[in-house]
Amino acid sequence: MIEYLRNWFWTYVWKPLPDMPFGDWMESFIRWARDAWAAGFDAVDAGLEFLYVHLAEGLLWLPSGVMVLLFAAAAWAAKGWKLGVGIGLGMFVVAWTPYWEQTMQTLSMVLVSAAIAILLAVPLGVAAAESRAFSAIARPVLDFMQTLPAFVYLIPVVMLFSVGVVPGIIATIIFAMPPGVRLTELGLRQVDSEVVEAGQAFGASPARILARIKLPLALPTIMAGLNQVIMLALSMVVIAGLVGGGGLGSVISGSLGRLDIAAGFNAGLAVVLLAILLDRVTQGLSERTPVARAAKLAR
Amino acid sequence: MFHRFPRPTRNPLLRKDEMSAIAVDSLYKVFGKGARSAVAQLKNGTPRDQLAKHVTAAVIDHNWSIEPGEIFVVMGLSGSGKSTLIRMLNGLIKPTSGTIRIGGVELGSLSNRELRRLRREKISMVFQHFALLPHRSVVENVAFGLEIKGLSKTERLERAREAVELVGLTGHEDKLPAQLSGGMKQRVGLARALAADTEILLMDEAFSALDPLIRQEMQDQLLDLQSKLGKTIVFITHDLNEAMRIGDRIAICDGQVKQLGTAEDILLRPADEYVAEFTADVDRTRVLTAEAVMEPCAGRDTSKFPQVESDVPMTELYQPVLNSKAPLLVVDDNADPLGVVTPRSIIKSLSHPAGDPAEERQPA
Repeated sequence: MIEYLRNWFWTYVWKPLPDMPFGDWMESFIRWARDAWAAGFDAVDAGLEFLYVHLAEGLLWLPSGVMVLLFAAAAWAAKGWKLGVGIGLGMFVVAWTPYWEQTMQTLSMVLVSAAIAILLAVPLGVAAAESRAFSAIARPVLDFMQTLPAFVYLIPVVMLFSVGVVPGIIATIIFAMPPGVRLTELGLRQVDSEVVEAGQAFGASPARILARIKLPLALPTIMAGLNQVIMLALSMVVIAGLVGGGGLGSVISGSLGRLDIAAGFNAGLAVVLLAILLDRVTQGLSERTPVARAAKLAR
Repeated sequence: MFHRFPRPTRNPLLRKDEMSAIAVDSLYKVFGKGARSAVAQLKNGTPRDQLAKHVTAAVIDHNWSIEPGEIFVVMGLSGSGKSTLIRMLNGLIKPTSGTIRIGGVELGSLSNRELRRLRREKISMVFQHFALLPHRSVVENVAFGLEIKGLSKTERLERAREAVELVGLTGHEDKLPAQLSGGMKQRVGLARALAADTEILLMDEAFSALDPLIRQEMQDQLLDLQSKLGKTIVFITHDLNEAMRIGDRIAICDGQVKQLGTAEDILLRPADEYVAEFTADVDRTRVLTAEAVMEPCAGRDTSKFPQVESDVPMTELYQPVLNSKAPLLVVDDNADPLGVVTPRSIIKSLSHPAGDPAEERQPA
């Protein structure tokens, strides 16, 4: 019986079908895009490279000891002295490893790609919150962007931008953007409808309601989205080391090749500590938004 | 007559000769697909509950107008369409059919931009759950309407401070809503509406979320403010006691308007069973005055009867009636006799009139 079904499917379904073409379609599209929009890709390439290089230079301009203190001060300002001390210790350990330079490169990549991802994500989230149709289209696209294995992005991106830092940043932007869009949409949809109605009842235009009511009230959720974007960006930036992205990713993929446990662990530790820094500081910032502070008062 | 508050007939702020502040004409709102045909069915007399399942008739054939300076209360249970109605008055919801005129301007003829301008200049609103911006201070919340109007920061904050003082929140200007009690929050909501300085004030279950004592305090404050400001107020509530306390006129709604009249009309002459059932729970003693509980003199020699003014509340009649062998004579402002109050007439007016509304006011 099973054998019969197997034969039936083979004869009538699988055999007449051509080979699965989706991958080929994607490949021809990428090849076509590379030639058709070459100028555009070059401009993006140059722009991202410029941002990354200058940010990394800036972070490495001061000696690592001073930077450790600056990171501690930033954490203190964002949340409190306890976090400041904790982050100071963490960054001290990072400076102690031989990979301070790579860590700052990785941080620059994360900051550049997260900034661009959130700049794209917020308007998309607003559009998704305002339009059910846009939201319905955006959702499967976001699922796709977020769940497609991270390595898969690297292949076409390298074709378009060749190896180096920029393909890593591009792949990171795509991979890290979805939670920014989702949480912006969620935050805007969660805004108390009566408050929005109050805006309408007092004659505010839709743009004003968005700027004065919806966005401020959604800001804590949008900040949570920023936090997610940054964390995903960090995980992707390390993977981007495979395509010559530089930074800690390169150290890690290099030590994988050489089975160098010590180097791999040191670089991995730096990634973890950088993740904690970014996570806690952005969390601290989202607790500082006016709405989040007001909510704290209510308790 | 109500005690405490000026009634419509005496209210100097009522200018009957002027154009109606709000007038609605054969107004319908039906939600769902096929709303227009549902309206046609309703117009042909199909009852609300026999319409197709996927449509909901919220507002059915409303025809009324409100004079400037009047407090018009729309009273109904949840699902009676009262929230829909109030949102149609400022154009937040479009009617399925019929017209709404605000100061003679028909809302249906306005573009979105003109509608927003009308809301900024003519109509403000107070919400059941206050609808304040949690991250803004009291005075910044109150200034919200003025900000939308485009006033400069100093001017709007100055006017907001005046409104804050008007509702008695001086000293709390810089607090955040989270630091205020429910009653105070709603004062902010009221101040925001007053600061916008519009002729019309829509109040959507404005006091329903408050504790009973605070609610009463807010009702008093609203009436006090109204005696100074003379706004046109549309007040939505599901509480008939509240409606009776503050309304110059009350519309009892269940889709349609079941009855529209003064508190006394509704209490003493309920139009049907539905209205009568509501009035059964009303604390009559708080609403009725000597004029409402009196019976005709019926040829009695009233010259020796103790006299009471017609607007004395019922609760203040008990002792005089008990202490006097003769009935009390109710007189008007010119000391002309209107009727007499006896223990019997008091008890009669307290009894539930649902049995036969028509007979309620027959002379004894």
